[in-house]
Amino acid sequence: MLRDITIGQYYSADSVLHRLDPRTKLVGTLIYLVSLFLFATPLVYVPATLFLMIVIFSSKVPFGYMVKGLKPVLFLLLFTVLMNMIFVKGEVIATIWKIEITKEGLKQSLLMGARLILLILGSNVMTLTTTPTRLTNAMESVMRPLKLIRVPVHEIAMMMSIALRFIPILLDETDKIMKAQMARGADFESGNLVKKAKSLIPVLVPLFISAFRRANDLAMAMEARCYHGGEGRTQMKPLRYTGRDYAAYMILLLYLAGVIVTGKYSTEVLDWIGVR
Amino acid sequence: MMENMKLIADHLVYEYNKGTNQTVRALDDVSFVIHPGEFLGLIGHTGSGKSTLVQHLNALLRPDGGTIYYDGADVFEKSYDRKALRGKVGLVFQYPEHQLFEETVFKEVCFGPNNMGLDIKEVEQRAYAAIARVGLTEECLDQSPFDLSGGQKRRVAIASVLAMQPEILVLDEPTAGLDPKGRDELLSMIMDLRETEGISIVLVSHSMEDVAEYVDRIIVMDKGKILYDDTPKVVFAHAKELEAIGLSAPQVTYILQDLKSAGLDVDTTGITLAEARNTILEALHWKG
Repeated sequence: MLRDITIGQYYSADSVLHRLDPRTKLVGTLIYLVSLFLFATPLVYVPATLFLMIVIFSSKVPFGYMVKGLKPVLFLLLFTVLMNMIFVKGEVIATIWKIEITKEGLKQSLLMGARLILLILGSNVMTLTTTPTRLTNAMESVMRPLKLIRVPVHEIAMMMSIALRFIPILLDETDKIMKAQMARGADFESGNLVKKAKSLIPVLVPLFISAFRRANDLAMAMEARCYHGGEGRTQMKPLRYTGRDYAAYMILLLYLAGVIVTGKYSTEVLDWIGVR
Repeated sequence: MMENMKLIADHLVYEYNKGTNQTVRALDDVSFVIHPGEFLGLIGHTGSGKSTLVQHLNALLRPDGGTIYYDGADVFEKSYDRKALRGKVGLVFQYPEHQLFEETVFKEVCFGPNNMGLDIKEVEQRAYAAIARVGLTEECLDQSPFDLSGGQKRRVAIASVLAMQPEILVLDEPTAGLDPKGRDELLSMIMDLRETEGISIVLVSHSMEDVAEYVDRIIVMDKGKILYDDTPKVVFAHAKELEAIGLSAPQVTYILQDLKSAGLDVDTTGITLAEARNTILEALHWKG
């Protein structure tokens, strides 16, 4: 059950995307996310979806596995879509009980839904194809200029990588604890909300204890290896751009240009393909 | 015939990481039977599928193929009460840290029977009995389970399952990390449990000595399959094959084999310390 959560998890495979420099992927993801918010016309979702499909395909991560990552945010997704559908005012096309569904609301909610899905899938591609260590390396490197204004960049990156590293460990642990309690007759599914919340105590107590113990052990292990923060620290595998990365940046720029063109001239584009 | 088979595992198949490129077949067509009152040993190298298998016995994991019959009923049938099954097939996990959460040992042990919906009197009665059963003293009752030693924590974990009064008790590596004294105490406690209560026991273990000493029957797992399912004597006669899959025969068996090749006429099928002593004494006696 808990194993189904794929957000923030690495999927090991050998693809072009896996071999890209993590900085490229980080910047690329940022550009992609920004591109989704540049224009409000539905037409930009055509290049955006197309681009994402190609990227997902080239990542060699099974599409089903990718979509599983949407599961935990399904509620948020439905909530956003429903809220938009109900509360946006405009031309009424249907009335259910006292709720008026408007044309604008429907359009808005579909846009929002599509945007959220692309947003999540887009960032999922990055985390699925990049190990947490490489990802935080990339963050550290991208944020380096902030050091000038005394932002503890290395420390932040280290904290991020530890947090990311702990997600699968704690998920695994939660799974084990839940099983151990279920073996003693615990029931996490039935009952009302209060009962359900109460039934989580036997899971949360061992989980917190184990998290603290792990944190303690980790701190000790880091001390034992003389870790003392970022000052003068070098990396075993420093990040280096290769031809592949420059090519990726070119493709990204082309995509961005494509989005801007479709967004800016959406009416003309629609005219041109003859739909309207 | 059915009443002679408490639990039947019928062609179980289970895979991890389904739908990815790292699918692992943890169980591959596993079938066996647990008889009432039987002491069964389950051995295998790390990753052989032992732990996956025991989690099927009380329906914590749902197999991808095959099923389990308990008292003749298919436990993966939709209407089957799997929560009640977990009271009958008590599973004690390896790490007590994964389940201790209450303020006192007594409350901890009450957790299981409480979940079965018994009335408070019955719950407390069972808890007291289970705590006494595993050899914990009365001072422990009001102690925090987190203040106990490793061996005591394990006893608390076993007591909390015993308090549900299972018909089959499954113990996943109960002796791992215990000192020899703690190990012997725990195992003889389990042995005693079987003799007085008549419940079946499944002991998952790494230690060939433990298994040879106590169990009636051994199941050897390798790469998700059952390699042997027989009495300890028969299984440990295959010392070479066991070594090939990262296991071994008990130490005394090797000593007996060495003695034999050194010219002492001993019976090399001995697998426990007592058997070894007898056959060595006998051989020396005949010689002398």
